[in-house]
Amino acid sequence: MLSCNIKGVSNGFPLRIEAGKVIEKEVDFNPDFLKHMFAKIEWKALVEGARSMGYAELPEDSPDATVLDSGDETFLRKLHHALLELHLEEGALVCPETGRKFPVNKGIPNMLLHEDEV
Amino acid sequence: MPSRIAEIRLVSSDHEVYEPCDDSFALVDALLADRTNLIEHNPKICMEIGCGSGYVITSLILLLKNEVPGVHFLATDTNPIAARVTNETLEAHGVEADVICTDIASCLEKRLAGSVDVIVVNPPYVPTPDYEVGMEGIASAWAGGENGRTVIDKILPVVDLLLSEKGWFYLVTLTSNSPSEICLLMRKKGYASRIMVQRSTDEENLIILKFWRDKDQEMLDKETSSSSSFLSQFSRSLSSFIEKQWR
Ligand SMILES: C[S@@+](CC[C@H](N)C(=O)[O-])C[C@H]1O[C@@H](n2cnc3c(N)ncnc32)[C@H](O)[C@@H]1O
Repeated sequence: MLSCNIKGVSNGFPLRIEAGKVIEKEVDFNPDFLKHMFAKIEWKALVEGARSMGYAELPEDSPDATVLDSGDETFLRKLHHALLELHLEEGALVCPETGRKFPVNKGIPNMLLHEDEV
Repeated sequence: MPSRIAEIRLVSSDHEVYEPCDDSFALVDALLADRTNLIEHNPKICMEIGCGSGYVITSLILLLKNEVPGVHFLATDTNPIAARVTNETLEAHGVEADVICTDIASCLEKRLAGSVDVIVVNPPYVPTPDYEVGMEGIASAWAGGENGRTVIDKILPVVDLLLSEKGWFYLVTLTSNSPSEICLLMRKKGYASRIMVQRSTDEENLIILKFWRDKDQEMLDKETSSSSSFLSQFSRSLSSFIEKQWR
């Protein structure tokens, strides 16, 4: 998910996720990492991305950074799941501008451009 | 406890994918030699560009595993089969990374700018005619164009963009790539460098370099030292390095 999200906002616009198969992997919960990443995340793109992978628990609007240190882990747990535990196994990342599809097979996005696109 | 690295018997392979070789081993040795520092470095995001079989990224993950919690790993390669093989190698060792099939790090650059704490690269470095660079198949694993620098020179600015303030960069080079010149290029971008491993095999003379941002260096550079003094300093450090190894 991280990589999808990362790519999701490549070139300044979020790529749409076309989910074929989504898998969930359990990853150790690490608040420090999440706090570190929170500042770098483009919230809307993450919410969109998670939703297209079938996870709609994230709040629509980016929460205030204070929630990270509030002692309430609910939000961090959700962020953790969306960011690290959801994996797009099969599907595509679609450029909203051109409709160009980047296929994802066995969890590997293929972002290579054809010669005429470079 | 001996630190673990990837096990060759668990490394997946394909005839279209570069197999772990002296250069891969030298790079992992450099990481091993720097293990304590790497742990202290406490990286959040690590990345390999040109992951091939996955031997190096898997070793890096195992090195940091149980020592640094919550690190995220990324690996890229232009060769889709290499990406698949890397995934298999990771899986065989029970570790995880996001593998992406892309040119250097394109499509990750904007998102990860200034965020990556460790980047490792064993690039295609063999001097070849330029047209061989980036061809389909296994040739793209080594074909480095003029002086073996074509791909390296494309990677350097990307690394500069991706590295965090405290970021470290490990790079495999050959003597014929003029590593001193690479250090000088990076120095102009504000990086200090050192030789981590020097190794001569039958075919090649490998030098593994490490780079990190150095504010003082930048200042110093503007004030006094010239390129030529830097180059002579580099060759001095290389020869003393080689001497030490012989002893
Ligand atoms: C010398 S091999 C190293 C493989 C592996 N990291 C190792 O050390 O054993 C270089 C790798 O870089 C990949 N490569 C070549 N050009 C690339 C580029 N422009 N972007 C990403 N990877 C590239 C090749 O496909 C190959 O797998």
